[in-house]
Amino acid sequence: MHLEVKDLHVHYGKIEAIKGVSIVVNEGEIVTLIGANGAGKTTMLKTISGLRPASSGQIIFNGQDITSVPAHKRVDLGLSQAPEGRGIFPGMTVLENLEMGKFHRHDRKSEMSEDLEKIYTLFPRLKERTSQAGGTLSGGEQQMLAIGRALMARPKVLLLDEPSMGLAPQMIANIFRIITEINKTGVTILLVEQNAQQALQRAHRAYILETGNVVKEAKASDLLNDPAVREAYLGTGAH
Amino acid sequence: MFDVFIDQFWQLTFSGISLGFIYVLIALGYTMVYGVLRMINFANSEIFMWGTFGAIVASRDLFKYTQTSDPVTGPKLVLVLVVQLFAAMAFAGLVAVLVEFVAYRRLRARGTNRLATLISAIGMSIVLSEVMRLLTASRPVGSPRILEKIILTEIWGAQIRLDTLITILAAGAIFIILERFVKLSRMGKAIRAVSMNEDAAKLMGINLNRVITVTFLVGGLATGAAAFFYVTVYEYTKFNIGFTMGLAAFTAAVLGGIGNIRGAFFGGIALGLAEVYAASILGTQWKSVTIFIILVLVLLFKPSGLFGEAVTQTRA
Repeated sequence: MHLEVKDLHVHYGKIEAIKGVSIVVNEGEIVTLIGANGAGKTTMLKTISGLRPASSGQIIFNGQDITSVPAHKRVDLGLSQAPEGRGIFPGMTVLENLEMGKFHRHDRKSEMSEDLEKIYTLFPRLKERTSQAGGTLSGGEQQMLAIGRALMARPKVLLLDEPSMGLAPQMIANIFRIITEINKTGVTILLVEQNAQQALQRAHRAYILETGNVVKEAKASDLLNDPAVREAYLGTGAH
Repeated sequence: MFDVFIDQFWQLTFSGISLGFIYVLIALGYTMVYGVLRMINFANSEIFMWGTFGAIVASRDLFKYTQTSDPVTGPKLVLVLVVQLFAAMAFAGLVAVLVEFVAYRRLRARGTNRLATLISAIGMSIVLSEVMRLLTASRPVGSPRILEKIILTEIWGAQIRLDTLITILAAGAIFIILERFVKLSRMGKAIRAVSMNEDAAKLMGINLNRVITVTFLVGGLATGAAAFFYVTVYEYTKFNIGFTMGLAAFTAAVLGGIGNIRGAFFGGIALGLAEVYAASILGTQWKSVTIFIILVLVLLFKPSGLFGEAVTQTRA
């Protein structure tokens, strides 16, 4: 077991956004959290990466309780996130953005270029844009940069927050193809998505989140064929 | 009234630039903190004032200078000046870090709104100046003359004085070093990352609290350097000098676009010139009025400042 969240509660002021959620992500899996807007998907990821404090419950990573470990130290442990809205550094070049991904490690230049090569093989587009400011990239390129930057940290578990948001269909397909590719190199992935169709096609297992609660957990392929799920989340249910 | 202005134009320009460089360094104090925390550190003016005392303490208590001491020359002179500079920077840097630790850190940890932090900043500013008022019994403190005000040469009728020339050169060098630090160093990159996207920076493994401490330190060091030049040129300080200097430097930072390091440079020089020109044309009593008018005009018509359009794009 790689990542486990136990009975997690998260509050924004007095509003309870996460109401006792438990999930498990096993090594080598792609697990997806799907659900409507406001279901608490982003809050889940932010709490796992340490950007939001948990009110109660536990987050266990590789057997270690990290619930109270500050965000900047979770990267060291092998937990890396491509945040909501991509969160790239607009005034830094593509290369500088990627270098920031390794900030927590004092690596030598040679190791850096090795990692860079891997990212550029995965995203040839980024290589063409190396010295361009991050803020001038298209949405799809920014998403690639956000994922590439997260990978620079050599994570064991990669957290992806709505990578398809605001992208054209072709770019969405492209990004999801790359997510599978990353997973095949041995990176465990926890994927938060509103695009349930794509997410379920790529994931091994899935959780459905509704207003801060897990309402369903199943193999992704089963959910894809579940009529109720199709109707609610895929918009293609039989009428 | 323009006769004097035209007649002394180059002399005024030279002193304006020299004053401007002092503003540049204080403006850096405001702008660095704003860039990272989106908060105006109103205590920066008092950090400056404490820096001036650092410079004077060094010459008076460390080197036992008095108003009647013989002027020093050669290597000793350089040593005294360098120690004074470092003392002013250390004083101001330390006070800046302390202010952050005492007045802002807890509020931030509790996630209070910016108004609370702003009030805390004003409170710190009052505390710092009142403590100094008590320590000095409200009296002005003169600085013994270390650097003789030698006139080196004349260019276009402007007398180039040693102390002002040193101010321009050394302040310029310090500005470049700090600007390069933010642009190129590891910590500088972390500072820029936090200023662009705080959450993303944390996800990169950046320790936010450490970055904030360093930001206050660097801002304090710049402000302290300004304090040293101020003492060298004006040879005096008082518990309340922070207000006017701080306000002018804050205006400079806003003029250039607060949060923008290069903006602080242009804003500082522009304000130094504006102040000196206005004093010549309208009379010295109009100096502060001019600064206030510039501040109000910038806030009314171009609140993002001349270079501040996209803080994160142009920053550093």
